[in-house]
Amino acid sequence: MKKFFYSFTFAFLMAILFTGVSFAQDTTPPTDDEVNAIASQLYCPVCESTPLDVCPTEACKDWREQIRVMLSEGKSEEEILKYFEAQYGARVLAEPPKKGFYWLIYLLPPAIILLGAVILLRSMKQWTTKPVAESTGTGEVGGDSSPAKDDYVARLEEELKKQK
Amino acid sequence: MTEETTNIKRGVPVWAQVTIWTFLVGLLALVGFGLNRARNPMAEIGEPVPDFDIVYYEGYEYKDKTQMKLSDLQGKVVVINIWASWCKPCEQEAAELEEAWQFYKDADDVVFIGVDYVDTPAGANEYLTKFNITFPNAPDLQSTISSILNRQMGVPETYIIDREGVLRHVKIGPFVSVDEIKSAIQSIE
Amino acid sequence: MFVEFGYGVLLVSFLVAIYSIFAAIYGATNKSASMVESARRAMLLTFPLLSLSAAALVYLLVNNHFEVSFVYEVTSRSMPTYLKVTAWWGGQAGSLLFWSWLLSAFASAVTIRKWDRDIEFLPWVIVICSTTLVFFVGMVAFYENPFTRFWLVGGNVEPHLFAPLNATLFTADDGNGLNPLLRHPGMVIHPPMLYLGFVSYVIPYAFAMAALITGRTDDRWIRLTRRWSLWAWLFLSFGLVLGGRWAYDVLGWGGYWGWDPVEIAAFMPWLTGTAFLHSVMIQEKRGLLKHWNMILVILTYALVIFGTFLTRSGVLSSVHAFANSPIGPLFMGFVSISLIVSIALVIWRWPDLRGETEMKSMLSREALFLLNNLLFMSVLVVCFWGVIFPLISELFTGQKVTVGPPFYERATAPLFAALMFLMGVAPLSAWGHSTLQTLGRSMWKSAVAAVVVTGILFVTYTKNIIALVGFFLIALVIFVTLQEFWRAARARQRAQKENFLTSLSRLMGRNRRRYGGYIIHISMMLMAIGILGIELFQTSTQGSLAKDEQLNISGYTLQYKELASWDDRGEGVNYTRAVVDVYKDGEYIGELNPRIDYYFDSQQNMTIPGNRSTLNDDLYVLLVDWQPVSNAGATFKVYVNPLVNWLWIGSLAFMVGIIFAAWPDRDPAEEPARSGVARSSKQTSAAD
Repeated sequence: MKKFFYSFTFAFLMAILFTGVSFAQDTTPPTDDEVNAIASQLYCPVCESTPLDVCPTEACKDWREQIRVMLSEGKSEEEILKYFEAQYGARVLAEPPKKGFYWLIYLLPPAIILLGAVILLRSMKQWTTKPVAESTGTGEVGGDSSPAKDDYVARLEEELKKQK
Repeated sequence: MTEETTNIKRGVPVWAQVTIWTFLVGLLALVGFGLNRARNPMAEIGEPVPDFDIVYYEGYEYKDKTQMKLSDLQGKVVVINIWASWCKPCEQEAAELEEAWQFYKDADDVVFIGVDYVDTPAGANEYLTKFNITFPNAPDLQSTISSILNRQMGVPETYIIDREGVLRHVKIGPFVSVDEIKSAIQSIE
Repeated sequence: MFVEFGYGVLLVSFLVAIYSIFAAIYGATNKSASMVESARRAMLLTFPLLSLSAAALVYLLVNNHFEVSFVYEVTSRSMPTYLKVTAWWGGQAGSLLFWSWLLSAFASAVTIRKWDRDIEFLPWVIVICSTTLVFFVGMVAFYENPFTRFWLVGGNVEPHLFAPLNATLFTADDGNGLNPLLRHPGMVIHPPMLYLGFVSYVIPYAFAMAALITGRTDDRWIRLTRRWSLWAWLFLSFGLVLGGRWAYDVLGWGGYWGWDPVEIAAFMPWLTGTAFLHSVMIQEKRGLLKHWNMILVILTYALVIFGTFLTRSGVLSSVHAFANSPIGPLFMGFVSISLIVSIALVIWRWPDLRGETEMKSMLSREALFLLNNLLFMSVLVVCFWGVIFPLISELFTGQKVTVGPPFYERATAPLFAALMFLMGVAPLSAWGHSTLQTLGRSMWKSAVAAVVVTGILFVTYTKNIIALVGFFLIALVIFVTLQEFWRAARARQRAQKENFLTSLSRLMGRNRRRYGGYIIHISMMLMAIGILGIELFQTSTQGSLAKDEQLNISGYTLQYKELASWDDRGEGVNYTRAVVDVYKDGEYIGELNPRIDYYFDSQQNMTIPGNRSTLNDDLYVLLVDWQPVSNAGATFKVYVNPLVNWLWIGSLAFMVGIIFAAWPDRDPAEEPARSGVARSSKQTSAAD
């Protein structure tokens, strides 16, 4: 997602909530967009299936403030995501981390799809290369015309015939 | 009309049938077990609670230790209260829990442990200060503790574990009075 | 009174449905036509019985009978009557009754028809429909009972169906009220549409099973249920689209589809259903793929039950899964048994399901349809695995995980692109035989036009390579499909000496399924424009504004003017509504009113966006937060969603396409079957 930076004055609405936290403020406080850019990659267990940047619950507000605090402490995006994973478990990430058992989710579907494709290709080869007696499909609609003939016209004629 | 190669009705070869059934039954079993696991918490009433780590918040400790395992507390009655700073019903019982803790702490037979579910350090700090809570409190790191104990994935929930480490009592929702807490603890004596 | 009556007829319908199963089996095995007729009448009787039961429930809902726990949970005094009626499907117990009622209606509709030469299917169709009905009605009657009442027993309020000893009825003053998320018009008709789709798929499945059991494994069952599967597909598609629109209007996250498990649960039967729509054509035209069609219809049925279960069990929680109840294991058991029995039947009848002809070319239409099926199945694999992976992960690692949009988007995007390409090629290929040459000859004009369009977009609109590939495919499909209309109409015009429009309309009228299908393809492409737009070009920003302060995003300027908050006691809602002036490139273009509605009865907030919709983009403004002190300001989240309107335009066109294709013209039973093709399994060639 793209980040947009604006020069509007930022009303630090929620700061009152965090009197206990000391800020290592060297630059301007992080904008909502910077916070949301990270929050959109996280899922709070309290509102499942809704990304953190749009979840309206109290718990998620607290989380967004946590991101804001960490950003103002100069933490990088990666550090923040790591922190949340360590604190609340892998479920906060939008998809399982690519390690250990979790590889299964990334590897199994392509494996099955490939298997399906191979089976399909092999059986199609088998069907097409099998020596077949001259004409099989006698009655099918839009029957097989010789490849040289424009098959479209053949199909259409067939159709017109049917309509009469 | 066409080829007369064979007229035998060929069924599904045995190996294919075996594969299909193994796959199908395996898949159903997997989903079934997963379902069962997801529906039931790991700790049932009357059964030993699986062990877990407790790493206390800064400023909290139990017997001078800042972290321990549940099993370190065998021989004592353990009251585990799962709460969160964003949870309104939790506030209803916070003062009562602290009062009950004051009642029990000197006898050194009952331990209260607060477990903070899906919370931020700042929120936790504010809540604990506001209600002046002195019994040891720990964050639920990676939601491990709640995934073992929690019934409905809601807060607050309180669990009482007896001296042998067996789960004896579950309270879903807030306690309404100190007496209710006391009688819950006494019920397992 | 109404409670006892409603529950009473529910129980009677349960017993009647059980009777119809046994009577049908007995009648079929002992060749007793009178028993089958008796089973049919029992089946027909369930519909009025369930209607009465449902009417009793609706009566209770509308008349504020808060002693009934279901009524207490889903309604409140302040709700308007139409919402009280729709609260019927706003909770678990009620929606299961709704499901049962629909099923009995459909089953009755299908058993009323003249059976004539298909009479041997009848008992088995009854068996399948009644078994499904017994399962659902049993669930309602014994596990999720909407007629349970509150009783005061020794000072405690407890839910029981019948009065316990020494108990008095307890009536609450007011109910909880329907979840505000469900009070949106979209949500009022979204579940019925989805359920209509779900339930309609029971019918093709019942006929497929009847075909397997009786051994009449030709494509008769497909012809008999062709219209059912089209309507089922229509309702399911409509339900999905409405769900998307509802999410866009109500959930307040600037999107329409969040890849959450419940959405996917409704999407999966749609995938198999779509594959089925295509592959039945191969069986009808070429007599191939008989096994595969059976498997697809079984999968669809299993996924329908699985989908109902997922939305109802709370196993995989998500925005619309509210429930967590004991019915999970029952659903799981039912899905397992029906899968195992159906697969066993397919294996038993495997030799009778051999194909009747040969596949001759890798580029023939049937080959391309097979590829289409492979792609739909691939999307299904991704979705299914993504949905159940959290369960499996918790089982093996003890850790919950989230499988969110990035996973699905990455995995399905190439598959959808391939499907689009197929949509561009397949209409030009012929049944039986095509070559690269013939394909190329009919395609090159459209391809060139699509390249030109893409080139123009590259210069004027975007340099994003994914977007350009997407737009190329969209243009290709649209041109190819339009060209198909054009060529066929022209050819007919020349042959019949009519004017072009007459030709076109007659052509389409005579071949509804094909041209309805083409309309659907074009609509899909319109929808794809919207999806590409919002997925690739969405921008968003958030800011807290003091009065008259401004926020800029993608050429728009928003100025916060004022905010008002008031209670509407009659409706039981507190409204907080902001006024935001919108400027585009410095020019005033209107005001938007994002609001937050707070519902007193359920204590929930709803974030209603202020949305300005044009063909070019949507400006979607959410009120996130505000300061109670009047001059302090408010926080807004603003999205610009380019092209998203095409998604809704496409959806409408899509509905038109399906209705066009599904519109009854003549009874499919009267259509001549494929003639001259060997009916038996003379050939050894595997068709699939």
